[in-house]
Amino acid sequence: MSSRTRQAPVPRLILVMAAIAFAFLALPLIGLLVEAPWGQLPELLSTPAAQEALRLSLVTSITAAGIATMLGVPLAWVLARRSFPGRTLVRGLILIPLVLPPVVGGVALLTAFGRRGLIGQYLYDWFGIQLPFSTAGVIMAEAFVAMPFLVITVEGALRGMDGRFEDAARTLGASPTRVLFRVTTPLIAPSLIAGAVLAWARALGEFGATITFAGNFPGVTQTLPLAVYSALEVSREEAIALSVVLLAISFIVLISLRGRLLGGRG
Amino acid sequence: MSVNARITTHVGDFDLDVSVTCAPGETVALLGPNGAGKSTLLRTIAGLRPVDDGRIIVDDSVVDDPSSRIFVPPERRRIGVVFQDYVLFPHMTVRQNVAFGPRSTGADDSGVDHWLDALGIADLSDRKPAQLSGGQAQRVALARALATSPRLLLMDEPLAALDAATRMEVRGRLRHHLTDFPHGTLLVTHDPLDALVLADRIIVIEGGRVTQDGPTAQVAAEPRTDYLAALLGVTLVRGRAQDGLIECQGGGTLISSSTASTGEVVALVRPQAITLHRERPEGSARNTWQTTVTGIDVLGDQVRVTLSGPPALVAAVTPAAVADLGIVPGQSIWATLKATDITVHPA
Repeated sequence: MSSRTRQAPVPRLILVMAAIAFAFLALPLIGLLVEAPWGQLPELLSTPAAQEALRLSLVTSITAAGIATMLGVPLAWVLARRSFPGRTLVRGLILIPLVLPPVVGGVALLTAFGRRGLIGQYLYDWFGIQLPFSTAGVIMAEAFVAMPFLVITVEGALRGMDGRFEDAARTLGASPTRVLFRVTTPLIAPSLIAGAVLAWARALGEFGATITFAGNFPGVTQTLPLAVYSALEVSREEAIALSVVLLAISFIVLISLRGRLLGGRG
Repeated sequence: MSVNARITTHVGDFDLDVSVTCAPGETVALLGPNGAGKSTLLRTIAGLRPVDDGRIIVDDSVVDDPSSRIFVPPERRRIGVVFQDYVLFPHMTVRQNVAFGPRSTGADDSGVDHWLDALGIADLSDRKPAQLSGGQAQRVALARALATSPRLLLMDEPLAALDAATRMEVRGRLRHHLTDFPHGTLLVTHDPLDALVLADRIIVIEGGRVTQDGPTAQVAAEPRTDYLAALLGVTLVRGRAQDGLIECQGGGTLISSSTASTGEVVALVRPQAITLHRERPEGSARNTWQTTVTGIDVLGDQVRVTLSGPPALVAAVTPAAVADLGIVPGQSIWATLKATDITVHPA
């Protein structure tokens, strides 16, 4: 016997199709790396426009991920631990942004928070607050698409955890708040971090909802993906350079979550 | 009274309807088969689920009574719980686990060292639960529960997670700790040995009802249900007795040397006391009857032969006897039982 693990034979057709699928996914990434103007990269990325976009993207995506986590964890907790009429409906509504075309999300945000929107008109009339076409609008658009990732990840973790840890903590005299912070949160920490990182990655890549709700103003609402889109019309090199930055960030996210996403056997 | 609980509660289709008490310093075993409602009962007393009807009183204070809208949450009941599989917090060290209770209640945690020492786990203080053996984890779980100065201790299958050798050692030590504990202890188990060794009193719970409640020695000597009799290795026969002659409920008669009980009785027969013969035997045994073998089970070094009756009984014989007599299911066989081997108790 050879030392290799014997595996069941695979039909040749399956192998060929699997190879095509892999090439289809990998080739564009290889194209990006091959075409990237590596020599000019520092120069292209240090233009004021690129710097602005990079800074804006980091600020808005981190803020959006933070908001998604702060509000999403309580939402996940309520969904996982409380049964109430309409819970299925609530969960369904939360999941819609996951499958909704982001542009539609942007339009939806306008109808709610636009100057003539459901709530937006009062925000503007009473407080003079105008969310669309502002940096705050960018953060809202990003949080809107990112929060569902966090909620489903954390809710799954809460449902999967052994409730007896919380029971034990309560019989030891811990208040519900102490149970939440000292027992529940540490036990779901890996999922919480994964959910937050996924939400952040989704916020960083957000394009459709942002451009619809917040527009594409350099320095105010033009994040990296929007800058790539704009650059493509002027300078292909700059678009590729910015894309490489986003690819690098995605790669880092993937590495940091490899245990969860790559399904390794470790 | 350390705890006095009358509990009616429903879990899906299952309903639990029991009354249990436990005096200060007393260890009461809740003995019953899986699914009898023992763990639900413990959870209800701990406050992890409310009663639907009834009242739970711990040390003279009502902690659960829906009729007067009282429900004290678990964190304010001061009831220590040792969970099945111990449920130690995996992200905390042994010391942090034991200190969790005192810190939760804002109490001074100087008692933590006392409990680490008392249970012989001081040298494990910095370990995580994943690095503990079953016996060590059990001691940490007990220390964690006792460190909160509970006024009642609940233990759910405290020995079930241990292998046989460890279980014996831990059982002995647990008995020692329970003797030192000044308040009441309710201990859920499905192992009769745990109940016999650890408990002062045994409450038998079957199908959500208390079927027997009494001092350990009495319950062990006079099991009143088939479950408990089988658990203790005896067969229980119900019937009516008159001067030592028992008319068995399922038909047939038995003659017992104990003539004190008259009327409704339960007779206890040890399977080892029944002898089997191929031909009608001659002898002194007062009970000799012909019956049919309905089943054969190997149990350790004995073979249990189920007899159709009447009366329906189980005989325990050696594998050699099974081979000699050529016992097979469906076979007709003679059984004998001495009158002195039947004990009779009023039902």
